[in-house]
Amino acid sequence: MSADTQPARLPDDRAQGVDAACEACRLCQGPQLWGIDLDEHDYLVALAGSPNVGKSTVFNALTGMRQHTGNWPGKTVARAEGSYIHDESRYRLVDLPGIYTLITPQAEEIIAHDSLVYGRADVTVLVLDASQLERNMSLALQVLEVTSSVVICLNLIDEANRHGVQIDAAELEQFLGVPVIPTAARYGRGLDELRAAVHAVATGARETKPYRYTESRPELDALLDRVTARIESDYPGVPAARWLGLRLLDGNPPLVEAVRQGDLRELQSPDGEGAPKVIRLDGADNGQRGSQLVAWIADQAAAVPDFYIDVVGLLHERASELTAAVSRRERKLDPGATIDRLLTSRWFGFPLMLLMLAVVFWLTIAGANVPSAMLATLLIDSFHPALKGFGATIGLPAWLNGLLFDGVYLSTAWVISVMLPPMAIFFPLFTLLEDLGYLARVAFNLDALFQRVGAHGKQAMSMSMGFGCNAAGVIATRIIDSPRERLIAIITNNFALCNGRWPTQILIASIFIGALAPPALAGIVAASAVVGVALLGIFLTFVTSYVLSTTVLKGEASTFSLELPPYRKPRLLATLYTSLIDRTIFVLWRAIVFAAPAGAAIWLSANVMIGGASIAAHLISMLDPIGVLIGLNGVILLAYVLAIPANEVVIPTVLMLTVLAGGAVGAGAGTGVIFELDSETAIADLLIGTGGWTLLTAINLMLFSLLHNPCSTTIYTIYKETGSAKWTAVATLLPTFLGLATTLLVAQVWYLLT
Amino acid sequence: MPDNTNTTLADLDPGDRAAVIRIGAELEEGERRRLLELGLFPGTVVEAVLDSPLGDPTAYRVRDITVALRREQAQWIEVRHVS
Repeated sequence: MSADTQPARLPDDRAQGVDAACEACRLCQGPQLWGIDLDEHDYLVALAGSPNVGKSTVFNALTGMRQHTGNWPGKTVARAEGSYIHDESRYRLVDLPGIYTLITPQAEEIIAHDSLVYGRADVTVLVLDASQLERNMSLALQVLEVTSSVVICLNLIDEANRHGVQIDAAELEQFLGVPVIPTAARYGRGLDELRAAVHAVATGARETKPYRYTESRPELDALLDRVTARIESDYPGVPAARWLGLRLLDGNPPLVEAVRQGDLRELQSPDGEGAPKVIRLDGADNGQRGSQLVAWIADQAAAVPDFYIDVVGLLHERASELTAAVSRRERKLDPGATIDRLLTSRWFGFPLMLLMLAVVFWLTIAGANVPSAMLATLLIDSFHPALKGFGATIGLPAWLNGLLFDGVYLSTAWVISVMLPPMAIFFPLFTLLEDLGYLARVAFNLDALFQRVGAHGKQAMSMSMGFGCNAAGVIATRIIDSPRERLIAIITNNFALCNGRWPTQILIASIFIGALAPPALAGIVAASAVVGVALLGIFLTFVTSYVLSTTVLKGEASTFSLELPPYRKPRLLATLYTSLIDRTIFVLWRAIVFAAPAGAAIWLSANVMIGGASIAAHLISMLDPIGVLIGLNGVILLAYVLAIPANEVVIPTVLMLTVLAGGAVGAGAGTGVIFELDSETAIADLLIGTGGWTLLTAINLMLFSLLHNPCSTTIYTIYKETGSAKWTAVATLLPTFLGLATTLLVAQVWYLLT
Repeated sequence: MPDNTNTTLADLDPGDRAAVIRIGAELEEGERRRLLELGLFPGTVVEAVLDSPLGDPTAYRVRDITVALRREQAQWIEVRHVS
């Protein structure tokens, strides 16, 4: 059975799974790869396309509100699924991650690749960007090689027209042999026609005759036919045999190895746990047949030197010709080119980048103040006493009431009220810059620096994200293909001063550093000190990257190719929605999971007495000598240990512990209850008066806030992303060690000089 | 080192157009493939469009995409100026 003769399937045989005979070969379970339940649907539709072609817009326009986000089996990549009904048939639509090529897919393209090649959707809707047709056309030709049930959605047709490009969809349809529907999904144009075309292909009413670019060269076609026939006779029922043959002929290394082993692809099971599911080609002979096949194909390929260049060349040639044949182009001035010259110019490139970063931060910090205060009023000032009162009313013992509401609840509420608003502002802004295409220009501008330290220019993007949240920054490193360069980006991400640390920096700088300058300049001086700390972080990112790439993470730099996408008007609502769901809620949830137990620990440490003093008091006096040695104090060190879930609760914890340790009267909210004071003066009085803080304490706290272990959310994320306890430990201990060394050095010099 | 007598992609200034003659065998297989897949193979006409602020990498217009390459790769791609 080749890909283009798939029999019509009844929905039931998918629901029932595979019978015993099939179990051995595991080739018929295409839909199982998707990890979705198709019980209530008639047809499975895969939505594919390169990044930035408006695929999500098409998805939203087709499914409306009937959609939800899940995860790909065994992956942390979000997957959008939706459904719609057309002509009484129920369609299940799955939005595949963006993909540029099936030939050598990069890490982030594997899911889409596997789903297209092995997934056996009833219909594949391939979204093409009409304004970049040539590059999209080569993906289209590859997809037509893999499956014949294709509908081409020629999206962004409005944008192409605006750029002076007219495309003859009917002519393209003639050439490609599958329906081609021009759409402007953003304005809802062409969607009815798209649904109708999908329906026609799904029901078989419309027969497709996909154009196979490999058939356009007879000797290649003949060779491919031979190879395909052999593969099909060796492995009856193998999906996309012709495509497999093509890849084996060009010697695609991972695939050749997979066939030799007898395993087509390893897949994690849907829940991400348990043994990986393997699509086996043949279970019985330990891949002997596979080795023979590979050897035979290598023989066949030997007759055609440079097979790979030939095939890929042919692909591009055909894509080029087809595009030229169906489009009429009038030259128009591209404003994007002018913008690019400015944004990447020698003189303005870097200043504009810094300006953009400053604006994003200003909007985040200034914009978060009001909603944070409102949340704090609600969750802390109103709910907290109410909950405690309620606990007393239902007769909870005082200790349990304190543990639950002063500890667990308060700490969680605190994290939510200080974390949610800045993230809900920063992430959409960041996503906006990303969608606009600006972040790729940042990576382009900064690559020279990253290249010098043996890292990848895309690290600039994950570093920028780190300024918002390191956990999100660590996830953002997925765009870096090479594992070595990605690890460097992960380990150094913590040096990007995250949102959770800016308020601490600003507070301490205002109280201690700003106070050194005359009042008129205080604001500027304090702000410069904070910017200085952030720049130190960037500097250390480069230094650490260099050290890592010349020692433990030594290796060749991977191929650097960075696409600069055309500027595109972002879709504001969609950006807001995805950044809130994918980033904000995701990070917040991880923080809450850690904040709750930490709240309990904070409360217990202050309230459990041993020999007349609380655990916290014991720990503070134990840590104090070390603290003084490095120019800090025991309170600060303990606060950093207890406040590991989120940097946001460091200051409240410091204040609470200062009161506890110093026995200040009238300050604070009760033993073990974290709090914030309304005025900077009050905080200054408490820290200097009761805590005995000096300028050295302030400077070293600012340094230590930059250089200490990542928060537990980030540590957990690093573990999830690297899957390695060793690298997680390195990423955790390295900045901590640097922080201890730096503060020790500063303190010792300070003590010498004063 | 690349043979200095031949023009390579790395020699192009923004605005220069050139046709690819050869992708150097010095590039390792994976790199060659990645470049080929971008559409860079003998005959393709390429235009240098942007230098980054620090001079490296440079962005090239290849077919209808703009892609930045580092000098360490561009220097192995032999080209011939076209007007």
